[in-house]
Amino acid sequence: MSLTELLYTRLLGSASKVLETGLLPTLGIVAFLFAWHLLAVNVNTSLGQFPGPSQVLEQVISLQGEHVEQRQKETEFYQRQEIKNAKKLAKNPAAQVKTRDYTGKATFLDQIFTSLYTVLFGFFVASVIAVPLGVICGLSEKIYQALNPVIQIFKPVSPLAWLPLVTMVVSAVYVSEDPMFQKSFLTSAITVALCCLWPTVINTTVGVAALDRELVNVGKVIKLSPMTNVIKIVLPSSLPMIFTGLRLSLATGWMVLIAAEMLAQNPGLGKFIWDEFQNGSSDSLARIMVAVLTIGFIGFLLDRVMLFAQGQLSWDKQALLR
Amino acid sequence: MMANIVAGVFGFWSWKTRQQDEYLMHKPTQSALAIVKSLVMALSLTSVPAIAGVGEPEKDELTFGFIKLTDMAPIAIAYENGYFEDEDLYVKIEAQANWKVLLDGVIDGQLDGAHMLAGQPLAATIGFGTKADIVTPFSMDLNGNGITVSNAVWEAMKKNIPKMTDGRTVHPIGAEYLKPVVESYADDGKSFKMGMVFPVSTHNYELRYWLAAGGIHPGYYAPHKGDTSGQIDAEVLLSVTPPPQMPATLEAGTIDGYCVGEPWNQQAVFKGIGVPVITDYEIWKDNPEKVFGMTKEFTEKYPNTTVRIVKALLRAAKWLDENNNENRVEAVKILSRSEYVGADEEVIANSMTGTFEYEKGDKRDVPDFNVFFRYNATYPYYSDAIWYLTQMRRWGQISEPKSDAWYKQVAKDVYQPEIYKQAALELIADGHMVAGDFPDFATESGFKPVQTEFIDKVSYDGSKPNDYLKSLTIGLKDDVL
Repeated sequence: MSLTELLYTRLLGSASKVLETGLLPTLGIVAFLFAWHLLAVNVNTSLGQFPGPSQVLEQVISLQGEHVEQRQKETEFYQRQEIKNAKKLAKNPAAQVKTRDYTGKATFLDQIFTSLYTVLFGFFVASVIAVPLGVICGLSEKIYQALNPVIQIFKPVSPLAWLPLVTMVVSAVYVSEDPMFQKSFLTSAITVALCCLWPTVINTTVGVAALDRELVNVGKVIKLSPMTNVIKIVLPSSLPMIFTGLRLSLATGWMVLIAAEMLAQNPGLGKFIWDEFQNGSSDSLARIMVAVLTIGFIGFLLDRVMLFAQGQLSWDKQALLR
Repeated sequence: MMANIVAGVFGFWSWKTRQQDEYLMHKPTQSALAIVKSLVMALSLTSVPAIAGVGEPEKDELTFGFIKLTDMAPIAIAYENGYFEDEDLYVKIEAQANWKVLLDGVIDGQLDGAHMLAGQPLAATIGFGTKADIVTPFSMDLNGNGITVSNAVWEAMKKNIPKMTDGRTVHPIGAEYLKPVVESYADDGKSFKMGMVFPVSTHNYELRYWLAAGGIHPGYYAPHKGDTSGQIDAEVLLSVTPPPQMPATLEAGTIDGYCVGEPWNQQAVFKGIGVPVITDYEIWKDNPEKVFGMTKEFTEKYPNTTVRIVKALLRAAKWLDENNNENRVEAVKILSRSEYVGADEEVIANSMTGTFEYEKGDKRDVPDFNVFFRYNATYPYYSDAIWYLTQMRRWGQISEPKSDAWYKQVAKDVYQPEIYKQAALELIADGHMVAGDFPDFATESGFKPVQTEFIDKVSYDGSKPNDYLKSLTIGLKDDVL
């Protein structure tokens, strides 16, 4: 191979790499934006034209502005209270004063964090239940046979169907003078947990049940205690399947949360969308589109985080993760 | 349609955030309050800086609910202008999905108070729908609603309506012009459907009043037989749609018209999907609209808080009407923000600034379309309560005839002019208002003089509800369905 040929193939190789990692996704996004723009211009609703990329960007900026403004108001709110309290104390040093929480509206950013917090909480609760349950089902054929009908029946139920029941139960059962969580938060989180359970249980069960016989035998030979057996052999080798379950759970949990917030009017991105829809102003559609993109972006990030965690925890660092 | 279903059905399970720390440090009893008051009097005589006469609020962190309608303005303004904070109240204001959710929120204590339909506290008290003791010390506004029909219905109606020389239709437009349209629907075997916002809403009664005045039967309720659809003998089928969903539902063709508050009539004009035919001002001039509702328990448990709430709302109402609606433009800006009504500024401004656009381009002056303070709009008149009760009886929501005394008793249980008076006197003492801003408390009986400005020219005397019922052509009198 001559030098020029070598150089040529090298160049071609790196060029195709650049093409794969940078250029193609960019092209895809550009094409999407262009198509979106073209379609948007041609769709007229009673709230005006469907928002294109530029209107959406405008709303991103205006939502950010509202956030800053709201924070400013919050600062002023607390300052006013401080002054009031100081006056009160000056008049009567024995007076009890306290600072009340800010009463202004939740901004878009606040809503994002509410949703994120809710989904992670629900997902965590579900995982803590689902992984051990899956391991038990995977290890014991009998327990699996016993639980399987229940799992199979509840698995296809949309968690939204549970929502009214969850709401009523939470408001009846969770009664406290000084609640740690808000009821609406619990309702959303439990709904998310209900839908996060099943994919994890099933995938964990399958992963554990498909354990390499030889590994099981090794465990038996060196007489590992059941607990050590699970930690040293079962969990590591079924990790890819467990993570498949967890990723599926988190993705559906995130989707369901938005719908639950919308229906139950619980704080979060879902409520933001619903409020904007109700407002019916000429900016409403663009604002909803901002939320749609945000939801997609966060869903993507959540999945990447799970993938990263899997890469860190997995014993097989060579495995192809996608 | 989808929107409708979601909000209507699932909105029921709306459980909102709230903070309910109770402020328990100062809880003076009534007698202690009296002592504080006399002390204040004594102090003010010795020219010590004035202290507000009403004691500290027993509960100072509150959550109020509202529906996205322009007549929630007094609550938004009391917040934005700092009137609540002036009263040491820290208020969160939260939009509710529909009137049912809002009422449930107040009953179970998630909301401390709310922007309510005048009929809601009355219906709750007499047990039509959810039974609960809800009272109101403050009436939020007069007028403010309209009836809108779809473009197709308007085209059919318009042919029969007389025109002025400039080609515009003569107003007010009675339902007699709708009657042929309804009849043609019936001939085609179709039912004519209209939306209103709640079974005990002002809109339901106004729409029914208008239809009946034009000879169209809007249907009876028969709760004693379990029929709460309100469609017995109906020529027009009325059903519930939450206000913000009215335009979308009309556009989807699910209903042929609706009666709702602003901005949802003007929204139809802007979207080009319907035409408002009449405002409630023309159905009954200066009719009472929303009230501020709280549970009886709340007002008894937190008397100082209650008076302070009314004080803040009174100041807001006055600000809204001050100097010939001078502040309305600013109010519109505030209301158009997404946390309040959220519709476009120009849509809200259309009705809030003294005009009303009927057919596209046919904008007319209706200076009193929204009245928040003038004409003693905020005073809780017993006669207003009784009018709503007569309409509940007229359409069968109250299934049996009741004595005049019964009407008066219910009105007195629900409407609380005493609290209003206390708040008003405080405001006068604070120097925020003058006695002329209010009715003469020494002589006020709570009954307005006989009112005659109804579209059908029937006069209403609040002290004789049964005679009034007899004077209406369509509707129940002494009979039981």
